[in-house]
Amino acid sequence: MAEKAKAQGNTLVKKLLGSNLTWSIVAFILLVIVCTIFQHDFLALSWNTTTGGLAGPLITMLQESARYLMIATGMTLVISTAGIDLSVGSVMAVSGAAAMQTLSNGVNVWVAILIALALGIVIGCINGALVSLLGLQPFITTLIMMLAGRGFAKVITSGENADASAVAGIEPLKWFANGYILGIPANFVIAVVIVALVGLLCRKTAMGMMIEAVGINQEASRMTGIKPKQILFLVYAISGFLAAIAGLFATASVMRVDVSKTGQDLEMYAILAVVIGGTSLLGGKFSLLGSSIGAVIIAMIRKTIITLGVSAEATPAFFAIVVIVICVMQAPKIHNLSADMKRKRALKAQAKAVAA
Amino acid sequence: MTTATANKVKAPKKGFKLDRQMIPTLAAVVIFILMMAMGQAMFGTYLRLGFISDLFIDHAYLIILAVAMTLPILTGGIDLSVGAIVAITAVVGMKLINAGMPAIVAMIVMLLLGAVFGLLAGALIEEFNMQPFIATLSTMFLARGIASMISTDSLTFPEGNNFDFIAEKIKLIDQPKAAHDLSINLGVIIALVVVVFGYILLHHTRTGRTIYAIGGSRSSAELMGLPVKRTQYVIYLTSATLAALASIVYMANIGSAKNTVGVGWELDAIASVVIGGTIITGGFGYVLGSVLGALVRSVLDPLATSFGVPAEWTTIVIGLMILIFVVLQRAVMAVGDKK
Amino acid sequence: MTEKTPIVVMKGITIEFPGVKALDGVDLTLYPGEVHALMGENGAGKSTMIKALTGVYKINSGSIVVDGKPQQFNGTLDAQNAGIATVYQEVNLCTNLSVGENVMLGHEKRGPFGIDWKKTHEAAKIYLAQMGLEHIDPHTPLSSISIAMQQLVAIARAMVINAKVLILDEPTSSLDANEVQDLFKIMRKVRDSGVAILFVSHFLDQIYEITDRLTILRNGKFIKEVMTKDTPRDELIGMMIGKSAAELSQIGAKKARREIAPGEKPIVNVKGLGKRGTINPVDVDIYAGEVVGFAGLLGSGRTELGRLLYGADKPDSGTYELNGKKVNISDPHTALKNKIAYSTENRRDEGIIGDLSVRQNILIALQATRGMFKPIPKKEADAIVDKYMKEMNVRPADPDRPIKNLSGGNQQKVLIGRWLATHPELLILDEPTRGIDIGAKAEIQQVVLDLAAKGMGVVFISSELEEVVRLSDDIEVLKDRHKIAEIENDDTVSQATIVETIANTNVNTGKEA
Repeated sequence: MAEKAKAQGNTLVKKLLGSNLTWSIVAFILLVIVCTIFQHDFLALSWNTTTGGLAGPLITMLQESARYLMIATGMTLVISTAGIDLSVGSVMAVSGAAAMQTLSNGVNVWVAILIALALGIVIGCINGALVSLLGLQPFITTLIMMLAGRGFAKVITSGENADASAVAGIEPLKWFANGYILGIPANFVIAVVIVALVGLLCRKTAMGMMIEAVGINQEASRMTGIKPKQILFLVYAISGFLAAIAGLFATASVMRVDVSKTGQDLEMYAILAVVIGGTSLLGGKFSLLGSSIGAVIIAMIRKTIITLGVSAEATPAFFAIVVIVICVMQAPKIHNLSADMKRKRALKAQAKAVAA
Repeated sequence: MTTATANKVKAPKKGFKLDRQMIPTLAAVVIFILMMAMGQAMFGTYLRLGFISDLFIDHAYLIILAVAMTLPILTGGIDLSVGAIVAITAVVGMKLINAGMPAIVAMIVMLLLGAVFGLLAGALIEEFNMQPFIATLSTMFLARGIASMISTDSLTFPEGNNFDFIAEKIKLIDQPKAAHDLSINLGVIIALVVVVFGYILLHHTRTGRTIYAIGGSRSSAELMGLPVKRTQYVIYLTSATLAALASIVYMANIGSAKNTVGVGWELDAIASVVIGGTIITGGFGYVLGSVLGALVRSVLDPLATSFGVPAEWTTIVIGLMILIFVVLQRAVMAVGDKK
Repeated sequence: MTEKTPIVVMKGITIEFPGVKALDGVDLTLYPGEVHALMGENGAGKSTMIKALTGVYKINSGSIVVDGKPQQFNGTLDAQNAGIATVYQEVNLCTNLSVGENVMLGHEKRGPFGIDWKKTHEAAKIYLAQMGLEHIDPHTPLSSISIAMQQLVAIARAMVINAKVLILDEPTSSLDANEVQDLFKIMRKVRDSGVAILFVSHFLDQIYEITDRLTILRNGKFIKEVMTKDTPRDELIGMMIGKSAAELSQIGAKKARREIAPGEKPIVNVKGLGKRGTINPVDVDIYAGEVVGFAGLLGSGRTELGRLLYGADKPDSGTYELNGKKVNISDPHTALKNKIAYSTENRRDEGIIGDLSVRQNILIALQATRGMFKPIPKKEADAIVDKYMKEMNVRPADPDRPIKNLSGGNQQKVLIGRWLATHPELLILDEPTRGIDIGAKAEIQQVVLDLAAKGMGVVFISSELEEVVRLSDDIEVLKDRHKIAEIENDDTVSQATIVETIANTNVNTGKEA
């Protein structure tokens, strides 16, 4: 009995060790420890009476992670279909630019939000239509959209960095980015709720399974009666929509859009979050929980870089290295290498046993 | 069978087939002529020798990048890092020059630095099975990140130590008015040498044939015993090194360097290649087409200025052009499959 | 003849994949100037053996000696350098290049300025002429010549690298009889020049016509090496499947033909259904409780017709009536909605969704007909999965295992379960027994009979005529993308009837030649 329990325990430990989630959480804790060493009050939380919410380094980290949660969720679904959406960063700029520009033109804040979100969906739908109906390669389609999108953002603001901070009646939008719900940053709560809704939509309906099926084997999926084109269209549309929300989060905190910097490099962050979350870049099975933790880790890495006093310019290089390392570790070559080593060790042990 | 099937073969669709493949390239020629004609008709300066000289001198770097990008695209891959490699080599080169290193040595270091990034991309793709666009996206961020870490300022050449000899104009036809002079510089000559190099590499070496074979079917190329892995390294090494060369030519022309130089140039290079008739999924294409594509791309800038179109529209137009040509390629292929 | 020194000696070859021993101590000896066939059922280890010899797979143990030199292949290039050339079933050439470029790829003639194209094309012409292809201009695009000729081009390529061993893996499966003869002519020529040929084919007649020596494999194990001329057919088949000839003849008597009552209405009635370049217009009726066999060689249009009936490809002519009602089956989704299901011949690429579980693979088609947002309630889903896993006897009986980890036979059973879960009125089975072991094969054949007995219409497509004849009520015979005959499968009909029909019918006239 005891042995059986031990064996069960062993498989549980093995399962935990083999799971991406475990390693993600370990990495997160490590980052927190490093930060605490460099800044002793890193974990300190205080109640800020003027904002009516918690304050502290961790809280600002959560606030920043909201936008990553959004784009990472959309990116997860797109990557699951064996695609990629390089346009998320530019969609953020477009939606931010649309919101800020319309607000400074005196449009009602809710209408402005709707316009921003609608633009995100439209760009997502264009991506989706090009990929699904015309069968273009996802990376080339969304790469074009990434560069053209930024051009479009500049067109919206006539090349300026639109500022709406002085406009009256913007409180609802401001609250999205800077407000609190029960002391927790509102944007983080909203992001978590949206991720949860997407998760429910995927797993409580057949959407998740169909997205995975299309990513694993598109032709076989078509033969089962799934309409892969619909699925592809849908994931790019969702990705565009979520990126638009991320754009609102990113611009509403300062009520200003920087048409060349807002959302810059964020496609890389989103890809990284997905990779950390354990979804293969080749498509197939996906984990929204994994990607969400990946998104928070990215915010944490950014925080760590700032805490350590490394220049912010280093961030993209640092992230590139993390992506490279994770992809290298996932490569079959490395797996074979470790399997080879195990087999050799077993052989040696056998030889020893025989010799004895 | 010999008679029955021979008949099928005796009428090869060769002429037709070639035509079909050429449609996008022909379209590019027509577009180029239309653009030049429109510019000439409306502004009257586009057929001046001076204009044509400037077109080549200002865009020699793009011609080099277009040749560089042709290689990976021919295999169905891509190199997204070319713009970032221009940035990092420019920043590093300028720093070295400012530290008093002779120009020639700085250039060699720049080329080697480019080669290192190419080697890294090749290794990620070949040794660790990364998709080319992910691998080169990573090296793109790596290169640009390191460039930003080194400096975010606009750097200029110090007094007396520069690349001016590359940018110096050589007058071929001297006219009374400077706008009618035909002139080139060393940068243009370098670009032309690169084009010749690309042509010979692709059409007169076994490596070049292997590049086409990989584009046709990588697994077939492997089963035929072609050195696929080595060739892939050559491709990404070449494209990155040529990007560094483009950086040298560009720096010499504008006389400064910044970490943000080359943002979006990968799109310009892709546009040139695709407009020039190389199929984005690999297997068909020509270096000379890419040069033509680079010229089409180049004329967009003066046209935009002449019409007073804001710069942000240019990226949208380029995006649309790539899109239209990629769709055109698909349509042409689809028609071919049906026949 | 047997006193010659062998060119290739493979001894005790063992190759393991995670969980399976694909080859277990197999020997193979090839002699120059001989055609040697590797014989065995699907899954016996023939293709694994070939991949060991061509350097695609690394061997776990055993030795390979080529021309007296021990070899360790680390890739196809090593094997080629040792003089081993391979022509695969799906010809591995580059269709974007010309014929001449393909022949000479990697061995182009070089001059002072790199490749000398004039000399290269001249050389290509000489090699092509050796293959009887002197009429082909080396500049012709490869994509414009037939598969049969592409195969000869691939052999010409083997001559360029001066191969001592030529491996032909199922080269005849997509060729017609004349093309096969042309190929054999070239094979004899190559053989007589002293090259050893390793030949793999499913067609016994061809084995007896062209080969000198046979090596028989079964379940990854070496069974025997024999001379072809000393080995009767039934003995060979017995060795391949591990049963004696007497046992074989008992494998099952022919099904009694289901007679169609006068005035009975078919489930499916198509007229002139066709798609240009794929299959010429065909009329087919399928009645409830009837098994209709589609017989024909690979490329005859048998699979293409099945795909049209399912809407996997869009027809460009014809009318389609389902239970007397006109329908437009334009895609698989519509077909399933109309209670038509199709199980593909290409299990790996168009059938299984590898990383999904057995459970999901069973449910997915039913789910797709319900639509994305109407999930099957968990209880109902459990019941369906349980029912079909039991009914199809899926092993291991674990619904949560990824389907890619199951054996071929069990994957096939899961897939049939998937289609049955949609309650089809017409089930099209394309090569349901290909590449699976004898046990699973018999189970699936029984399922076909049971389904028809319960009133389902079944289309049974198979390259094994024996199966078609035994299971079908009616047989549609196809050749060169035409339907050439419809045979009422009574006691007078045998495999030979069909073979003769295919051989003797001229497609263009539709009359017996």
